[in-house]
Amino acid sequence: MSETPDQLYNFALLDEDAKREIRRALLKAVAIPGHLVPFASRDLPIARGWGTGGLQITLSIITPDDTLKVIDQGDDESVNAVNLRRLITRTTGVATTTDTTEATIIQTRHRIPEEPLRADQILVLQVPMADPLRWVEPNLERATTMHSEADYGKMWVYMYESVVRAGDLRIASQYPVMVNRRYLMDTTPIPRWDVPKLHMAETLYLFGAGREKRIYAVPPYTVVEPLQFEDYPFRTEYRPGQRCARCGAEHTFLTSHFVSDDQGGRWETTCSDAAYCAKRVAQMEATE
Amino acid sequence: MIGDDWILRVEQLSKHFGPTCPDCHRLTGPDAGRSRCPRCGTVWACVEANLQLSAGEVLGIVGESGSGKSTLLQMIYLALPPDSGHIWYRDNGGPPRDLTTLDRYEARLFRNTQLGIVYQRPELGLNMRFSVGGNVAEKLLLAEWRHFGRIRARTAELMIKTELPPERIDDEPPTFSGGMLQRVQIAKALASRPALLLLDEITSGLDVSVQARVLDLLRRIQWEDRITMLLVSHDLGVVRQLARRTIVMKNGHIVEAGLTDQILEDPQHPYTQLLVSSAL
Repeated sequence: MSETPDQLYNFALLDEDAKREIRRALLKAVAIPGHLVPFASRDLPIARGWGTGGLQITLSIITPDDTLKVIDQGDDESVNAVNLRRLITRTTGVATTTDTTEATIIQTRHRIPEEPLRADQILVLQVPMADPLRWVEPNLERATTMHSEADYGKMWVYMYESVVRAGDLRIASQYPVMVNRRYLMDTTPIPRWDVPKLHMAETLYLFGAGREKRIYAVPPYTVVEPLQFEDYPFRTEYRPGQRCARCGAEHTFLTSHFVSDDQGGRWETTCSDAAYCAKRVAQMEATE
Repeated sequence: MIGDDWILRVEQLSKHFGPTCPDCHRLTGPDAGRSRCPRCGTVWACVEANLQLSAGEVLGIVGESGSGKSTLLQMIYLALPPDSGHIWYRDNGGPPRDLTTLDRYEARLFRNTQLGIVYQRPELGLNMRFSVGGNVAEKLLLAEWRHFGRIRARTAELMIKTELPPERIDDEPPTFSGGMLQRVQIAKALASRPALLLLDEITSGLDVSVQARVLDLLRRIQWEDRITMLLVSHDLGVVRQLARRTIVMKNGHIVEAGLTDQILEDPQHPYTQLLVSSAL
């Protein structure tokens, strides 16, 4: 589905100079995988913190031939995703889809889709907090120096302390990774489940933090290693015996939510990637 | 005086802070009795310092506050870029490398693997929010130790070596006494088996009996590991206990250098004479 763009705006809302500036930052980010590149985060008709970083990247790279998918928490129909999608289609007129395999640009927050991404696709992530060193070094200037010197001792001590205090690497999301064996990078709000998908991927991953005015990237076929110890390795979320209540999948990232009914309601576990789940259900119904 | 087995050689190392003026040279230095130029306000923290360290040697640097000892030490630690001069480093008789030409990344790598530093104030050398074990482990982690169990074992070993109770490995630094914190800093500095240990006024904040214990510890470590040390202090008594050779700094200049005993018994420079007569 597509619509004609609103003639009041330039194609993709931003003016051409603004898009060029963001594309230049993107090139730099791709050239130095994992390195935080500053950019002049523009004002948008969406508040900072609602995905403006990812939105500006998408608006800068999108062409009329692209097919767009926007997800929030794995869902195409959540408020944030719907609003962002509407803004992009109204100003560009590009086709949209909910099917991961059909999209050329996927803008997302929290998740990488379950279906494997291809080389002709770009995943754009909305980032709330860009710098992983903020946990150990609140001073931004000093953190920048630490990045330039690859001085990640403090971050490693943080991991060490995590094992000492909790007996394990207790980090739910924003798991820190080393990119290209050089830069420490935050994996933003994606769960640990999705972290291995960044390693040696076919797809270009672009990260935008609108409020923090930073862009960074993981180009295809880049080594992405989570911080871990040999005797306390990185682990994805594992819930033995759990499966999706809708499609029955055991191999996907699951979320639980409350479903109300006559008896008062119950907790239900379903796939976080709603479009993939729906696709599986449709396939199962077709074969029956 | 010195053999061919040097590991560190500092040549004409200088550092100033300020705009400089044509009269700086005349108005500063030990003869003028000041390091800040009264005309332009430039501080000549360290002027054309030369020194050489042999492997396994302890060299003392004495001088009053503001004489440039710490500036010199910070430059050798590669934390402060010098204006001019060279810092030559030679590893096991290999070819000399000029450390002033290293970029930030290389300097950090060199600092983490070859150098250890202990500060007067423990909060400069330690992160007070991490546990003592974490602080010591930082150096191991930077040296790519990735096995938690082995890191713990090595940390405990270092704590025993520095006379710290290993059962307190997970306690936080603020719960330790001043002398213990200095030993934690020493344990951290020794973790990566550095070639050179830099000690910046390490006993200045401690009472006399604790001071003696820390000095004993350093002497024992020096004896056991043959580690090369550069010891900065304003206290001749401390330097005398550890260092065979000593250099005396005043107003950014090295005014005297030689064997510690010789300097103590027969000081040549008027300032050293004053220092010796007032200290002992």
